[in-house]
Amino acid sequence: MGVITIDGRKVEFTNEKNILTIIRKAGIDLPTLCYHSDLSTFGACRLCTCEDDRGKLFATCSEEPRDGMVIYTNTERLRKNRKLIVELLLAAHCRECTSCDKSGNCKLQDLAYRMGVEKIRFANYKEEAPLDLSSPSIVRDPNKCVLCGNCVRACEELQGVGVLGFTHRGADATVSPAFNKDMVVTDCVSCGQCRVYCPTGAITIHSNVDEAWKVINDKDVRVVAQIAPAVRVAAGDVFGLPKGENSMGKIVAAMHRMGFDQVYDTVYSADLTIMEESAEFLERVKNGGTLPLFTSCCPAWVKFIETQYPELSANISTCRSPQGMLSAVLKEYYRAPENAKDKKTVVISIMPCTAKKMEAKRKDNWTKGEQDTDIVLTTTELCRMIKSAGIDFNNLAPDPCDNPFGIGSGGGVIFGVTGGVTEAVLRRLSESHDPATLQAIAECGIRGNETGIKEATIPYNGIDVKICVISGLANAHQVMQQVKSGEKQYHLIEVMACRGGCVNGGGQPVQTTGMRDKVSRPAGLYDADNKMAVRNSDENPLMDLFYSDPLFKGKVHELCHRGHE
Amino acid sequence: MINNKEALMAARDEAKKQVASYKCRILVCAGTGCIATGSLKIYEELLGLTKNCPNVTIEFAPDAGKDRVGVIKTGCQGFCELGPLVRIQKGDEVIQYVKVQKEDCKEVFEQSVLNNNVVDRLLYTQGGKAYKHPTDIPFIAKQTRIVLENCGSVDAESIDEYLAAGGFTALEKVLFNMTKDEVIDEVDKSGLRGRGGAGFPCGKKWKQVARQKEPIRYVVCNGDEGDPGAFMDGSTMEGDPFKLIEGMMIAAYAVGAADGYIYVRAEYPNSVARLRNAIAQLEERGLLGDNILGKDFSFRMHINRGAGAFVCGEGSALTASIEGKRGMPRTKPPRTVDKGLWEKPTVLNNVETYANVPKIIIEGADWFRTIGTEGSPGTKTFSLTGSIENTGLIEVPMGTTLREIIYDIGGGLKNNAEFKAVQTGGPSGGCLTKDHLDEPLDFETVKKFGTIIGSGGLVVMDVNTCMVEVARFFMSFTQRESCGKCAPCREGTKRMLEILQKIVDGNGEMEDLDKLEELSKMISQMALCGLGKTAPQPVMSTLRMFRDEYVEHIQDKKCAAKVCTNLRNYVIDPEKCKGCGKCAKNCPASAISGEKKAPHTIDSKKCIKCGACMDNCGFDAIYIEA
Repeated sequence: MGVITIDGRKVEFTNEKNILTIIRKAGIDLPTLCYHSDLSTFGACRLCTCEDDRGKLFATCSEEPRDGMVIYTNTERLRKNRKLIVELLLAAHCRECTSCDKSGNCKLQDLAYRMGVEKIRFANYKEEAPLDLSSPSIVRDPNKCVLCGNCVRACEELQGVGVLGFTHRGADATVSPAFNKDMVVTDCVSCGQCRVYCPTGAITIHSNVDEAWKVINDKDVRVVAQIAPAVRVAAGDVFGLPKGENSMGKIVAAMHRMGFDQVYDTVYSADLTIMEESAEFLERVKNGGTLPLFTSCCPAWVKFIETQYPELSANISTCRSPQGMLSAVLKEYYRAPENAKDKKTVVISIMPCTAKKMEAKRKDNWTKGEQDTDIVLTTTELCRMIKSAGIDFNNLAPDPCDNPFGIGSGGGVIFGVTGGVTEAVLRRLSESHDPATLQAIAECGIRGNETGIKEATIPYNGIDVKICVISGLANAHQVMQQVKSGEKQYHLIEVMACRGGCVNGGGQPVQTTGMRDKVSRPAGLYDADNKMAVRNSDENPLMDLFYSDPLFKGKVHELCHRGHE
Repeated sequence: MINNKEALMAARDEAKKQVASYKCRILVCAGTGCIATGSLKIYEELLGLTKNCPNVTIEFAPDAGKDRVGVIKTGCQGFCELGPLVRIQKGDEVIQYVKVQKEDCKEVFEQSVLNNNVVDRLLYTQGGKAYKHPTDIPFIAKQTRIVLENCGSVDAESIDEYLAAGGFTALEKVLFNMTKDEVIDEVDKSGLRGRGGAGFPCGKKWKQVARQKEPIRYVVCNGDEGDPGAFMDGSTMEGDPFKLIEGMMIAAYAVGAADGYIYVRAEYPNSVARLRNAIAQLEERGLLGDNILGKDFSFRMHINRGAGAFVCGEGSALTASIEGKRGMPRTKPPRTVDKGLWEKPTVLNNVETYANVPKIIIEGADWFRTIGTEGSPGTKTFSLTGSIENTGLIEVPMGTTLREIIYDIGGGLKNNAEFKAVQTGGPSGGCLTKDHLDEPLDFETVKKFGTIIGSGGLVVMDVNTCMVEVARFFMSFTQRESCGKCAPCREGTKRMLEILQKIVDGNGEMEDLDKLEELSKMISQMALCGLGKTAPQPVMSTLRMFRDEYVEHIQDKKCAAKVCTNLRNYVIDPEKCKGCGKCAKNCPASAISGEKKAPHTIDSKKCIKCGACMDNCGFDAIYIEA
């Protein structure tokens, strides 16, 4: 508590952990490259350095506020120093901005403009380093790295994976996996959070846009798409729509115009997941199967278990993820001659997630030796395609999804946010579906992203079902240790690798400047859920249709579960 | 087992008796410098001679008729220039021998050990005068040795020798006669300032740790001496490891720490070995472990070897390295006293600081303040290197002038060359010139001249030194050793190095000087850690004091010191040249031409400045034009 004077104006503060936060709250967007409130303070870029009334300079990211401080953010020497630092960073940086994936959304580019760096007086001394294209999910371009360490800390602190680290010294310092291995052979779980926190184009999404355009423009190919729940509340960001606004109708309309033949909703298969996973859960509880049951919707989490806790692999649900289920069902549907109509079918999924690209390539997600999801595009890539096609997104009239795989329940929609899968399972297990029951489930402690670990106990059929909801793999580390030691016992553990769930996935549009908005996207999904006619997965009329369709008879397990390869 | 006060006193008495029983002690310097010149072979030789001599023995309580002779490996005796060093000590009579070779051992043994004669040719001579007693030698006579008191006179590998020299008297005093606060107050009153470079008051640091709420604290010793040309701490660790440990134990008692860590660079294998040996002996005797001397004080020591990164001498990088992380400084606050090793309050001092503590406790703060200056009490160890007659390890009161150090102790410059400058504070410091020869060397004074005392490296430079090249050398060191974390240091020092390289290569432009100043200012204001902030110092300092040299390099394309290869202009003196043609034959660039038996000439446009002509000229006819 106290007051500090910033550039002559008095500003009150309460419990802000550093001066930088107070300065930003006071409406001054002090430049930083390495600071992020989700990560530990690193203090490497030095751009947030300010001075006090005694002329002492200090980095505001690491300085605690003290009552009565007098701070200047914009003095002549600070301006000069910041400009020189940005000039030096640019001088050692690939400067082909026009062809960079991050162009227009790059912090370094933004700072160069803001600082007025007009001339770079130093030649780039760095030898051009090869790109790491080995991962299906992300691309590392060391030539664009400013060594802010955000990716290193995101991987270590948020995800507990720690694939990236600093190597070498002085001007040779670089960020790379140990022994400069290819990302694909490391324990990288493909979550893409490194890309989310990277201020430049040093880590970007491994793009599949060109492949997508190619099949879209191939007349002999039927392109069918599915859109994941979290995409609808994030795509609008790119087009300047209000944050968190549900733009599903516009996305579908845009995709129809671009030439997608059928556009389906992954919410449909989220409901299918609820049916299958609830059944598996009850079966395990009844027959003494391996518990706790781990959800399997998140491929980064699945890989995390396989690499970090292989001894717990049997706890993972055998269910495919909603992406995997719908792709398998779609492929089977279009295998039938009456639906195939002599056309080859290609499934493209639109996901908030970079790990889904990796999941699609996993053979345990294939059917009959064939890859079910042919191409995975992230929200970011889809938006780029919409822009490339010149579609006036904001003024599009909404289109509904196509059927018979275009309807989902509210329970399926909230799959995109942490706790959503659990909430949908609870709705399914609950006998009553009246609004009061739904309200009670919503308030049982599984919503919200303030903490990465949430617990709830729900009575069901005479047992107290203990549930744990986790987002952020570092939190998963903690719970896995507790589960292994017996300190904690659960029946069901839901894990989403990214903090807050898929809405904050590695493939989503990223806000590079200012304070990041963490509330609008979950709010958008819950709002969509509230507005749905059907809120329980088992009440989705298409479920009955699916289970009774002779086309899928005897194939449900093969299509909906892993391990049939 | 020394587990109470009486046992300690008895052990000390016994050790004193042991040492006193020597008729003669042969003290062979086993500091790194003398080991490098072969002192261990001298030790073996003298040990063999002693063992094989029927008249003497090395055993305690010898048979009647035999004298006890000790053959002892000591720490650095200081005069590294003249190793291997051997002292023959009989009571107060000591003979210092220098440059002792294996062939000399027999004579030394027979003349000086068995008899009382002096081997004159092995004595140190200066100005035609031979010196017998080490403390008469000007190099040693002008020093005040507190930290290095035992270095060179006791066996660095024996706890008994340390006890005999009064070891653990200070620990005994704090454990039995002083409260923790009294210990801190005494150190505070003494005005002891950190000897690692920054000169932070030691007592204040201890106080800040002692008052922390967190009950677990650590005591850490910075033995990661990384400045080019510095070897004070290494010599102290290998020469008197017990004193360092006693100092750390006192600190641990005062601040309530149960574990101590010494971070030693792996390039100091002798220091590591002797510290390990010391810790093992102390554990065996019960002076490290639980309930030391029966008191409620438990303390354990750990050694961590650093892999030689200069940046690990920075406090937060050092603790990160001990924790097994990459040695990178972190942004402060929190400071090390609040959150240091394993995020716990930590006293982090350097070797010399701890080594000062036992004597301060024994003699008192007031005594300590009688040495040195008001603002910088006590002594300072320096390693004297570069163009100096007596390279070596010295200890002088703070405030001693540069002239006293260089001329009285150091014996002047090598080959009587003209003095130009001395670099203090290594890559974080700057230079002092002949204008400063009579200024006192203490924390405050040198700061006025834009440099620092630093950890104590003194690199003496004569007029044949190019100051631009000196700046370039230090910048290349800093850039190579930068951890690469913060942008100002990583990118800024790289660019400064590029510019300096350009200037010494003869391609500099005047605007480069502006760039150097611009970068220097930015780095010193914006860098993350102390090492980054001070990285531009050598450049700023030389730019201030020797700007004309920079300008000469840039505008006249000349290096007056003839150091910068690209700026050398090789010329053939027609008077001396006999026209033998050897130079032309040796020139790889075919830059030399001339008729046989007539003076040759060098085409400077073709010349690649390799110097092959000059090296091979039999008539000294080729020289570099200044």
